[in-house]
Amino acid sequence: MSLDRTDVEKIAHLARIALSEDDIPATTAKLSGILELIDKMQAVDTSAVAPLAHPLETTQRLRADEVTESNQREAYQAIAPATEAGLYLVPKVIE
Amino acid sequence: MQWEIVIGLEIHAQLTTASKIFSGSATTFGAEPNTQASLVDLGMPGTLPVLNAQAVRNAVKFGLAIDAEIGMTNVFARKNYFYPDLPKGYQTSQMDHPIVGKGYLDITLEDGTVKRVGVTRAHLEEDAGKSLHEDFHGMSGIDLNRAGTPLLEIVSEPDMRSAKEAVAYAKTIHSLVRYLGICDGNMAEGSLRCDCNVSVRPKGQTEFGTRCEIKNVNSFRFIEKAINTEVQRQIELIEDGGKVVQETRLYDPNKDETRSMRSKEEANDYRYFPCPDLLPVVLEPSFIEEVRGELPELPQQKRERFESQFGLSTYDASVLSASRELADYFEQVQQTCGDAKLAANWVMGELSSLLNKEGLEIEQSPVSAAQLGGMILRIKDNTISGKIAKMVFEALAAGEGDSADEIIEAKGLKQVTDSGAIEAMLDEVLAANAAQVEQYRASDEAKRGKMFGFFVGQAMKASKGKANPQQVNDLLRKKLEG
Amino acid sequence: MHEKTLAELSQALQNKTLSSVELTQHYLKRIEQLDGSLNSYITVTAESALEQAAAADARIAAGNAGPLTGIPLAHKDLFCTQGQRTSCGSKMLDNFISPYESTVTQRFLDAGAVSLGKTNLDEFAMGSSTESSFYGPTRNPWDTDRVPGGSSGGSAAAVAGRLCVAATGTDTGGSIRQPAGFTALTGLKPTYGRVSRWGMVAYASSLDQGGPMARTAEDCALMLQVMAGFDAKDSTSVEQPVPDYSASLSDSLKGLRIGLPKEYFAAGLDAATSDAISAAVKQFQALGAEVREISLPNAELAIPAYYVIAPAEASSNLSRFDGVRFGYRCDHPADLTDLYKRSRAEGFGAEVKRRIMVGTYALSAGYYDAYYLKAQKIRRLIKNDFMAAYEQVDVILCPTSPTPAFKIGEKIDDPVSLYLTDIYTITANLAGVPGIALPAGFANGLPLGMQLLGPYFSEARLLNIAHQYQQVTDWHQRAPAGY
Repeated sequence: MSLDRTDVEKIAHLARIALSEDDIPATTAKLSGILELIDKMQAVDTSAVAPLAHPLETTQRLRADEVTESNQREAYQAIAPATEAGLYLVPKVIE
Repeated sequence: MQWEIVIGLEIHAQLTTASKIFSGSATTFGAEPNTQASLVDLGMPGTLPVLNAQAVRNAVKFGLAIDAEIGMTNVFARKNYFYPDLPKGYQTSQMDHPIVGKGYLDITLEDGTVKRVGVTRAHLEEDAGKSLHEDFHGMSGIDLNRAGTPLLEIVSEPDMRSAKEAVAYAKTIHSLVRYLGICDGNMAEGSLRCDCNVSVRPKGQTEFGTRCEIKNVNSFRFIEKAINTEVQRQIELIEDGGKVVQETRLYDPNKDETRSMRSKEEANDYRYFPCPDLLPVVLEPSFIEEVRGELPELPQQKRERFESQFGLSTYDASVLSASRELADYFEQVQQTCGDAKLAANWVMGELSSLLNKEGLEIEQSPVSAAQLGGMILRIKDNTISGKIAKMVFEALAAGEGDSADEIIEAKGLKQVTDSGAIEAMLDEVLAANAAQVEQYRASDEAKRGKMFGFFVGQAMKASKGKANPQQVNDLLRKKLEG
Repeated sequence: MHEKTLAELSQALQNKTLSSVELTQHYLKRIEQLDGSLNSYITVTAESALEQAAAADARIAAGNAGPLTGIPLAHKDLFCTQGQRTSCGSKMLDNFISPYESTVTQRFLDAGAVSLGKTNLDEFAMGSSTESSFYGPTRNPWDTDRVPGGSSGGSAAAVAGRLCVAATGTDTGGSIRQPAGFTALTGLKPTYGRVSRWGMVAYASSLDQGGPMARTAEDCALMLQVMAGFDAKDSTSVEQPVPDYSASLSDSLKGLRIGLPKEYFAAGLDAATSDAISAAVKQFQALGAEVREISLPNAELAIPAYYVIAPAEASSNLSRFDGVRFGYRCDHPADLTDLYKRSRAEGFGAEVKRRIMVGTYALSAGYYDAYYLKAQKIRRLIKNDFMAAYEQVDVILCPTSPTPAFKIGEKIDDPVSLYLTDIYTITANLAGVPGIALPAGFANGLPLGMQLLGPYFSEARLLNIAHQYQQVTDWHQRAPAGY
């Protein structure tokens, strides 16, 4: 499967990665090359096979409903790019 | 053209747990921003989720209460999208294998008819944080305290045909989750939020029209208004030759209109896939039975019992069973006074209007169930009349006494039933109105009927309402006829 | 001092013929002298290392030391270490001072081990050569023009260059075993779920597994003893007792059934590696093992399936790097979308961005079934191949990579050719089975690696087999010239 420019722009947007005009041709070529490798999967018939999401196929363990965390805001926000009044700041959110 | 309205609701109920769905942070409402956001809630690199057992139990409770198939193996999936209130860039939710499958709810409409509404599914997921739009130098502030709060998203079938039905359904869900104790139902704090899927189609058409989703409607009143507004918009649009576009809209209660949410407009491609950090949740049949054993009497069962045990009407029974607290209050009044009908009349009548007027919940009622029941007992044993009872009730509400008996005693409201005393009083009344008595005696049957009321009024006035009305009637008739 | 293995140094520390402070100073000095050319460390934590060493000496003196107490180690910079930069080899996290400690590194702290610092890696562990790091490529001590493999190349070069006694690594598609093969080390990828992933920054959650890299199987056993075990903070962690990995090292290999997958000895395998494995087969037979050919019929589908599953999970796992709560944020974002797009474009390197995009595509509407679901089905076929093989044999023997270490820059512009070097290691991650890599010989001065793959939770057996092999060979004792 080979991608075109529109595909790559759409994927980059979904992934929120800025692509410069100059990057697009090389990115398109490399992604197409990877997809070509991936497409070798299509050679095998898997219609009767159930997908496998976790290798060990074990089941989820449940946690007791207990509060174990305390306020660590200062420590956690010490590494944040922008905070004020205990809030993380981002460019205006428009709904 | 005649239009048919088609409505389906997605209700997000915040599950009452001490800690979050995937972390040990507290879920308390109203804490200082980001003080209840742990490493996991913040999506710190390298952190991992572990599922809260209570969230699972609460979801199963709901499933059993709506007679649904329980997803004995249910799976968490990631819904991927970027938003500042979504720390990991994905919401952990359930897609193909929800914990609660198909079920149903019976809702009682205003005219007393019962309608069955299908529930497509209910799944567990984590809540997002909040964006605060106060101006921080042109920026928005993000509070992630709410991120990771457990939600049960309850998706209905598109079975509702009017805004009123939608409200009745939402109220039924609200009542049910509170009965079950799995959600506090506090809509002002966002504990129960509603997305309304609305479409219209010409009457008789079988396929659905294009729907719009109105996000986050947070009161029953707004559900009704938002749906009606949106229906109007869609009908006008179609009648003007336009087409409804499938989109997400926001209801603005100030302007009473819905508007398109542009931020959600981009072609959403959520790229759901099974969450690799969480394993399939496998429920044991013994666990299901254990939870079933914990279920309280549910609103519908209670309503049916009120009808059969107390002989109440469907409407009365459904009003009284709408909340667990109201039902408990009613039953306590009934037990004290031994008269379900009087108890129902007083709870739904005087008590309800008092609470409404004062803006109080039943738990905050100034008149306790024991007080009301005690008062009704005095009506039944003829100590007071219904009219006097209203005075006693008001006095109880005003805190003028601890019991009806105390108030009756203090205010001398005890009914007069001594026929000698009543006769003496009647003689005085008739003497004072001798002209009317003569007139009465000269009149025919039809006229007498009207005039009789005048003498009753005078007599009750003279007794300050305390004379037993039946005795007054009987004795008065005897004297006038005599 | 640095010639000695972990087991030997542990003895010396317990006998007090050596102090941890001396040992730690010695390694810090070697790092200062030699790491300029290798670039195996991103961060050296000399100060805290010496404090830990002093505490370890006190603990030894008090008589409550364990085998790892006072041993200077290094950790792949994918494990969060509290109060220290945890960069993942990325500009995105260059400023990230971790507010918490990973379970694996905490266990080493509890054991009294010393951490010399954090080692280089392919950015977010996505690579097979340690060339994609924001901090520049790591060089192979056996030939500094060559790569040490990846993604745990910093750990491999540091252990091989004797710049630490042993190190932690992580293995998502071969990232412990392939670099171990390229640098003549012993490295073990445990069964999925054996080692906690809490605090190990995720690349592909259903494939990632931390493990030890050391000079010998005996050393790996001591390391794994600390790392392995249930962790309530990781839902995929397995509640299974941890055996004493050192106790069974001396068990006999008599009657051991070894399988050689015919698909792995076909075209594309370097002749010297093939010869080295043939020689190893003879050694194992001499030790009493039976060797037979087996088949892993779906092996060739592993690379395509892996390069769907791993990028798909990565595309989601790496969405949290958005410039809001931690990590790199672009200058003067015009709006929210600009903040996301530029922070991620500027903060991530080329290979990471490629994998995010491949994964995004594989999960997107209309392609999910053809790519992601298909890959998961193939994953089951591959697991079934292993389960069938383990009906016939106890372990599987195969190379770790088709060729010895390649030159720096050789494959950097051709991602597909780089991906193909993972061909022998990826299957174990897809199936979740454990594997141990160990040196099997040399060609033109370059190490040749082989690996043994076993059934779930067979780590003790794998260590035993590798240890027995190392009793009759000396490949693991050789040191690169100048180190």
